[in-house]
Amino acid sequence: MSFATALRCRKCGQEYPLQPQSLCNFCLSPLEVTYDYQAMAKAVTRDKIAGGPRSMWRYRDLLPVESEAVDIGAGLTPLVKADNLGRELGLDQLYIKNDCLNPSYSFKDRAVAVAIAKAREFGLDTIACASTGNLAASAAAHAAKADMKAYVFVPADVEPGKLIGAAIYKPVLVSVNGNYDDVNRLCAEVARRYKWGFININLRPYYAEGSKTLGYEVVEQLGWRAPDCIVCPAASGLLFTRVGKALDEFSMLGLTDPVNTRLFVSQAAGSAPIANAFLAGSQHIHPVKPDTLVRSIAIGNPADGYYALRVARQSGGGAGTVTDEEAIAGVKLLAQTEGIFAEAAGGVVIGVLKKLAAAEVIKRDAVTVALITGAGPRTQEILSSVVQPITVQPNLQSLEEALGVVA
Amino acid sequence: MAKKQIMFTFPQDLITEPIIYNLSQRFKVVTNIRRADISENKGWVVLELEGDESEIERSIAWVTGKGVRVDPVVGDIVEG
Ligand SMILES: Cc1ncc(COP(=O)(O)O)c(C=O)c1O
Ligand SMILES: [Zn+2]
Repeated sequence: MSFATALRCRKCGQEYPLQPQSLCNFCLSPLEVTYDYQAMAKAVTRDKIAGGPRSMWRYRDLLPVESEAVDIGAGLTPLVKADNLGRELGLDQLYIKNDCLNPSYSFKDRAVAVAIAKAREFGLDTIACASTGNLAASAAAHAAKADMKAYVFVPADVEPGKLIGAAIYKPVLVSVNGNYDDVNRLCAEVARRYKWGFININLRPYYAEGSKTLGYEVVEQLGWRAPDCIVCPAASGLLFTRVGKALDEFSMLGLTDPVNTRLFVSQAAGSAPIANAFLAGSQHIHPVKPDTLVRSIAIGNPADGYYALRVARQSGGGAGTVTDEEAIAGVKLLAQTEGIFAEAAGGVVIGVLKKLAAAEVIKRDAVTVALITGAGPRTQEILSSVVQPITVQPNLQSLEEALGVVA
Repeated sequence: MAKKQIMFTFPQDLITEPIIYNLSQRFKVVTNIRRADISENKGWVVLELEGDESEIERSIAWVTGKGVRVDPVVGDIVEG
């Protein structure tokens, strides 16, 4: 038995049973899983969590899953002290949460693991999603493990190479002749017509809960202490809001002291509706047409944008953007200082962190965690310029000449 | 009959125009406002449109032509 009690509207508070549904029937705002926190607090202790599985399922009591987990090994990724990068940026207590090291190479495994378990509980035999990369791979991988059918929708103009990471798990890959908006429209219709578990539509409240485990882990790995600052990438804004929820829950359950973490949202300048609203002091997110090569976080109309904005403001945090060039520089800097090869979204986080540290918005002595949410190899094409080998003949003389060394 | 849940975002120069009223007069579409926020320089409305699929599509094309931005309330579905 989980401690989840209902789905509740984030705007008007209307409650619904735990079912596949993501919007309030009345005000059309997003729904969120609520729990019996009093009962949960009695069941959860630091020791119990620490003695649990070496995966995200150690936080099972804080998740809405009733049945056996669909476990491909998501979670409990390393939190490493990043002294080299910290020296570069002027931060003495910088940590990298390396979520590249999930089974399908991004944090999405955390979210999908919960969504797919719920799909099975709801008696659905098919899941679906629309994605050009990380979500597609994770959904297809989990469907393989759960022995469920998966439909993955992609716009026809996506480079085929991008899709290998999903296609290998053999979902039904549907390439739609049209642009992003066309795929969005089609998927909304598909979700209405078919009894499928659409990961980021009718299963979205559960998908969201899985993302919380990233926040839980950061706190546990810091020795049950919430950091002073977290820098997090945002697309729909969902992960960002759930990291905030994770910290709040830990303190509400008495697992940590009251939390004062400042949460910073980072986006690519070419698709930054949340960061732009923050920086403009606006309450409203103006949707944009994404124009950035940081494709994994290019969402122009972010479903959780309004709530992400609130989390950034209420936590005393902030927002930042970087250009595509700065994002790529961030990817290189992280790899060349800490040996961690992130995708471009990670470069956005590092680039924004660099600016926040330089402006002393994040102070030198603050315990700061950068969330690196996806691995580099899936988006190698943006980095082809790093390959500049020294060419030699297969003999020592040629090698030593080329390297400018003498034995 | 179909239902469509969408968000209209109005630029400043259209805020004083009765666009939603005009839409329901011009097209066989029932408009049902669920949430809104309007100030002097911008505004958005989350509403449900009900009618024949084709009539809904025509009404959306018409408001878009007026300069209103139309987005699905579920947000973008295609993710990275
Ligand atoms: C690598 C990576 N980081 C971060 C995100 C942010 O996700 P969201 O803000 O939609 O939760 C995504 C999602 O598309 C992603 O692929
Ligand atoms: Zn509501």
